[in-house]
Amino acid sequence: MSDTVLQKIEMPSGEPASGKATPAATPFIEVEKLNLHYGAAHALKDISLGMKERVVTAFIGPSGCGKSTLLRCLNRMNDLIDGVRIGGSMRIGGHDIYAKDVDVIELRKRVGMVFQKSNPFPKSIYDNVAYGLRIQGMKSGGELDAAVEQSLQSAALWDEVKDRLHTSALGLSGGQQQRLCIARAIAVKPEIILMDEPASALDPIATSRIEDLILELKKDFTIVIVTHNMQQAARISDDTAFFYLGELIEFASTKKIFTNPTNKRTEDYVTGRFG
Amino acid sequence: MNSPALSSRHFRATKFDFGSFFFTGLTGLATLCILGILAVILFNIVAAGLPAISWRFISTIPKKDFFEPATTGVLPMILGTSIRVIVMTLFVIPIGVITAIYLTEYAPNLSPVTRVIRAAVNNLAGVPSIVFGLFGVGFFINFIGQGMDRALGHESVVWGQPALLWASLTLAVMTLPVVIVATEESLKAIPMGLREGSLALGATKLQTILRVVLPQALPGIMTGGILAISRAAGEVAPILLTGVAYYMADLPTKLSDQFMDLGYHVFVLSTQSPDIEKTRPITFATVLVLLVLTFALNFVAIIIRARVRKKLRALG
Repeated sequence: MSDTVLQKIEMPSGEPASGKATPAATPFIEVEKLNLHYGAAHALKDISLGMKERVVTAFIGPSGCGKSTLLRCLNRMNDLIDGVRIGGSMRIGGHDIYAKDVDVIELRKRVGMVFQKSNPFPKSIYDNVAYGLRIQGMKSGGELDAAVEQSLQSAALWDEVKDRLHTSALGLSGGQQQRLCIARAIAVKPEIILMDEPASALDPIATSRIEDLILELKKDFTIVIVTHNMQQAARISDDTAFFYLGELIEFASTKKIFTNPTNKRTEDYVTGRFG
Repeated sequence: MNSPALSSRHFRATKFDFGSFFFTGLTGLATLCILGILAVILFNIVAAGLPAISWRFISTIPKKDFFEPATTGVLPMILGTSIRVIVMTLFVIPIGVITAIYLTEYAPNLSPVTRVIRAAVNNLAGVPSIVFGLFGVGFFINFIGQGMDRALGHESVVWGQPALLWASLTLAVMTLPVVIVATEESLKAIPMGLREGSLALGATKLQTILRVVLPQALPGIMTGGILAISRAAGEVAPILLTGVAYYMADLPTKLSDQFMDLGYHVFVLSTQSPDIEKTRPITFATVLVLLVLTFALNFVAIIIRARVRKKLRALG
């Protein structure tokens, strides 16, 4: 799935250039000395980390620590905000996504996103899922029908909506809307799915369904998830990065972060002593 | 926690709240005044105008002496006013909507240029309507119209004179701020999350605007159109110099023709008649026709908007 548009070029073997400790294996997403200024505020400070392919990486940390901002750098959603300046580099499959010749539209097709507040379009369920394919020029017909069904199946929503595909998406429950947004994102066959606190507005049952779904999706997609919920990070992620005040404090396997963190602040946070 | 002070409290009002009573009365009285004035105006017009209304009055093209109540009619004026309002709508909606899209979706919010454009739009709304009429003469008739005649090699004057098209365009310029502001408001009301959702799927900005933003903004845009129609239908000053005729024997057939107009006709009937008393019933009848026509144009737009809203909600 990762050899669609940007061919993967040779990856640096072993440790990436960044000084920060990185979980072993070759990173698919490499962030190096990333600095982000928003007006006068220095929101991300010298962030370096590498995320592996088909793995769930969780970003945790207290509000305002920069985790969502970093996530939004990965599909260049921050481009939409006036006054944001970004330094350093961010590579996906070896390609600098902030290089001058990068087609942001193409990047966003490969790096999908699910937002904190579910944002289905005020269209039918079918049209929501078909949206990304239609804008790429796919015409209505069997191929589109099949893609919509498959995406809804993958998002574990098909059985609940198959009889009302052409009714409004806004009639779905909160959890269903969020799974619809996931279906919508995977319909365009991205390689990476960014999730910005996707379950923070959902009840525990809907949350657990989303978590099950994430574990299922990780077989096909690289997932980066921002979460406020420590148990959630522990349950679903393979690697965890802890941010505090715009800095990456610690990045390691989730097991290590939650059982044997190196940094005192990480330990205080994951054990609930602050945050 | 049953302190004696608390338990001994009671809830009976001890003094009359005069301020509250007075203000409630004041707001009610003000509303009543407005309703009263409206009722008096409408009652007067209907009472004085209705007797003169007949199918003949509505469907007749009058002869030169249109002051004669027994034979006159207002068909050319109904047509003239309707056509100029419709042509105006065809111009003002696209231009206004595109301007509003630029201002809300593309223009950098804090740049001086954007601020100047916004200020210009707001000032446009405050310009007296006769000034738009003068602008129409100077810009549309003398500059564009005469330029077109020269460019097209016309022997006689075709476009370089007052015409239906120029009057409609002048009205379009006048009502532009209404459409721009209404559209801007409805665009701003669309959640940023919807735009982000579309962009995150790899949609271009244009695709996002056309497929997600504009359909949602449609009812608001139509509200702008309705306001523009209401404002323009009764305006006389902007068309005085740009297209309206005192009298025409034939109905207009081309956009370069002059036209007769209900509002202007009311002015003519009430100031130029040799016998004002005798003409009075048809003056009121013409006013009544103008009111009904304005309501009718609005009503059509409101019906369309309601259907769009319903469709948005159903699909929605």
